[in-house]
Amino acid sequence: MAEITLIEGLRQGMDEELERDERVFIVGEDVGQRGGVFRATEGLYEKYGEDRIIDSPLAEDSIVGIGIGTALYGMRPICEIQFADFIYPAFNQIVSEAARMCYRSAGEWTVPMVIRVPYGGGIGGGLYHSQSVEAFFAHVPGLKVVVPSTPYDAKGLIKSSVRDPGPVIFLEPKRGYRLIRGEVPEDEEVLVPIGPARISRTGTDLSVFAYGMMHHYCLEAAERVAQEGINAEVIDLRTLKPVDRQTILASVAKTGRALIVHEDNLTGGYGAEIAAILAEEAFGDLDAPVRRLAGPDVPAMPYSHPFESWFMPDADRIAKAILELAAF
Amino acid sequence: MEAQEDLQLNLNEESLLEMYGLIVLSRRLDERTWVLHRQGKIAFHISGIGHEAAQVGAAMALRRGQDWVVPYYRDLAMMLALGLTPKEFMLGVMGKKGEPSSGARQMPSHWSIRRMNVVSHSSPVATQTPHASGIGLAIKMRGDDAIVLTSIGEGATSQGAWYEAVNWAAIHKLPVVFMVENNLYAISVRQDRQMAVEHVADKAAGLGLPGVTVDGLDALAVHRAISEAAARARAGDGPTLVEAMVQRMTPHSSDDDDRSYRPRAELEALKAQDPVRLQRDKLMDMGLLSEQAETEVQERAAAQVEEAIKFAASAPYPEVSEASYPVYAGDRADG
Ligand SMILES: Cc1ncc(C[n+]2csc(CCOP(=O)(O)OP(=O)(O)O)c2C)c(N)n1
Ligand SMILES: [Mg+2]
Repeated sequence: MAEITLIEGLRQGMDEELERDERVFIVGEDVGQRGGVFRATEGLYEKYGEDRIIDSPLAEDSIVGIGIGTALYGMRPICEIQFADFIYPAFNQIVSEAARMCYRSAGEWTVPMVIRVPYGGGIGGGLYHSQSVEAFFAHVPGLKVVVPSTPYDAKGLIKSSVRDPGPVIFLEPKRGYRLIRGEVPEDEEVLVPIGPARISRTGTDLSVFAYGMMHHYCLEAAERVAQEGINAEVIDLRTLKPVDRQTILASVAKTGRALIVHEDNLTGGYGAEIAAILAEEAFGDLDAPVRRLAGPDVPAMPYSHPFESWFMPDADRIAKAILELAAF
Repeated sequence: MEAQEDLQLNLNEESLLEMYGLIVLSRRLDERTWVLHRQGKIAFHISGIGHEAAQVGAAMALRRGQDWVVPYYRDLAMMLALGLTPKEFMLGVMGKKGEPSSGARQMPSHWSIRRMNVVSHSSPVATQTPHASGIGLAIKMRGDDAIVLTSIGEGATSQGAWYEAVNWAAIHKLPVVFMVENNLYAISVRQDRQMAVEHVADKAAGLGLPGVTVDGLDALAVHRAISEAAARARAGDGPTLVEAMVQRMTPHSSDDDDRSYRPRAELEALKAQDPVRLQRDKLMDMGLLSEQAETEVQERAAAQVEEAIKFAASAPYPEVSEASYPVYAGDRADG
């Protein structure tokens, strides 16, 4: 098995889907000859040509709006938003149109499309190249929200997202694009279903829920606290909408303690939803209050290196939170 | 003169009478819907009165059922021309079960007719325009022999989404006709507070496509302009912006009271230019419509409208359980 990076997994997945289904195409800023600013689509322009790897004008609302139109006609667009921070001009098309189309037409019209969104900090991106936007979209019925954290899942989930009959917000932890490596089989098709979470480390003392880059920091923290005799279970949620309640509840039934970690700021963040599920459905299983570790409630991640470190939860802080929770 | 040309070139007598019949039907249906609202029998109506000739002229310039249409809320007459039945419209107005545009989920006049390639649209203005360009892009990618017509009010052309979508179509020479129904008002805001150009069609120059302004009270003039734009689109020569000058002869919607912003004399004056009367006079001048035929057209429309109201009034409301789906493609009641 070959070890590849997260972005390679993503590229392989898109390549295979472009190859498999001629209705699939990619549209976004600089996705053509440049291969995307992160080079997620590198080589695809050469292979599939300018009619299928389309450089859009610099206008996000139209990237999504045009994508919706093609999907209504039967195409399978993959729309790239260059940075999550620039998705807001497209919010109207995503929320008012893509998400509501099926419901508002009683199922007559559907929008099979993927919106790829590099997100997250830790890359010196300041306020407008570091944002996490999952909470906005996880709130919207009609959307699915997916966040892979490994090369295998990046490949398997992008392929499933392309095949999904509705709109999928596909959030890519961009700090992990080249940092995260993992094995992906070359001789079999990799498909990861949208929905199920993955228990990436089994444990008995408490459950840690995360996604994207934070999932890796949680694994690191779990190894550290293991040396102090705390056995943490780590769960990579992978799909935020629909969320895998069963896996979440089964884990907490076993451990009795829950820590939720995300990089997005705390208030109204995605962690609140997990906490609410646990409060409603796992009250009797809990031996300690549900704990959230998240970014601070400032407008966005500030630029300077110490600011950035202050903003982003890391293995140290996660380990500390795990120990506190285990000791409760 | 031009009308005689139309008669020879693309519209035969029968289709001219069909056109007029649709215009009359739309007006009757629309007027009766206002009455239903005043009687407290329905919650909402948004009217196309004064826009009918332009809409029917445009629809009849398409290959109906093959071409794609991405409309907006004033397009009742256009929808009737595309095959929406008065019964279906009334089901929508009353929010009754099985209403075909949305299963009674959307407000009335938020169209969708899948069988006629009429795409569902929402309430936020100009959201539909990018969809039209996207459909145009897909048609081009697939090499299909279809075009897209999308309509909008002049006020909504202030939206960024509108410029972005027209820009796309111009860059890629997409087979799209952008029709603007200019009634000079966006609720209460007049055109000169909406744009600095004299005509919406002038905006086309800045985006690199042809723009034409046409008399929207004249169905044949609109038919001609849309036919030319459609031919250009079909030939691969790209999009056209067609601005039809129409008049809004009612308040914006049943929730609006226009007395604070619209002089009564202005509204009175519009009646002299009522597009239904203008089409009738023209057909009579051409010798295609006798007094007796006119009476028959009116009576047929009135009968259809009453039948539709009776039908919809006795139709059931949807089950409340229907409201919980389909959130995702393929969702079913028990899903
Ligand atoms: C984005 C958005 N803002 C505001 C509204 C409320 N609104 C509905 S129609 C309308 C005026 C539209 O005027 P115009 O585009 O000229 O079309 P007309 O109604 O005159 O046909 C407004 C402000 C809306 N539907 N969508
Ligand atoms: Mg207007």
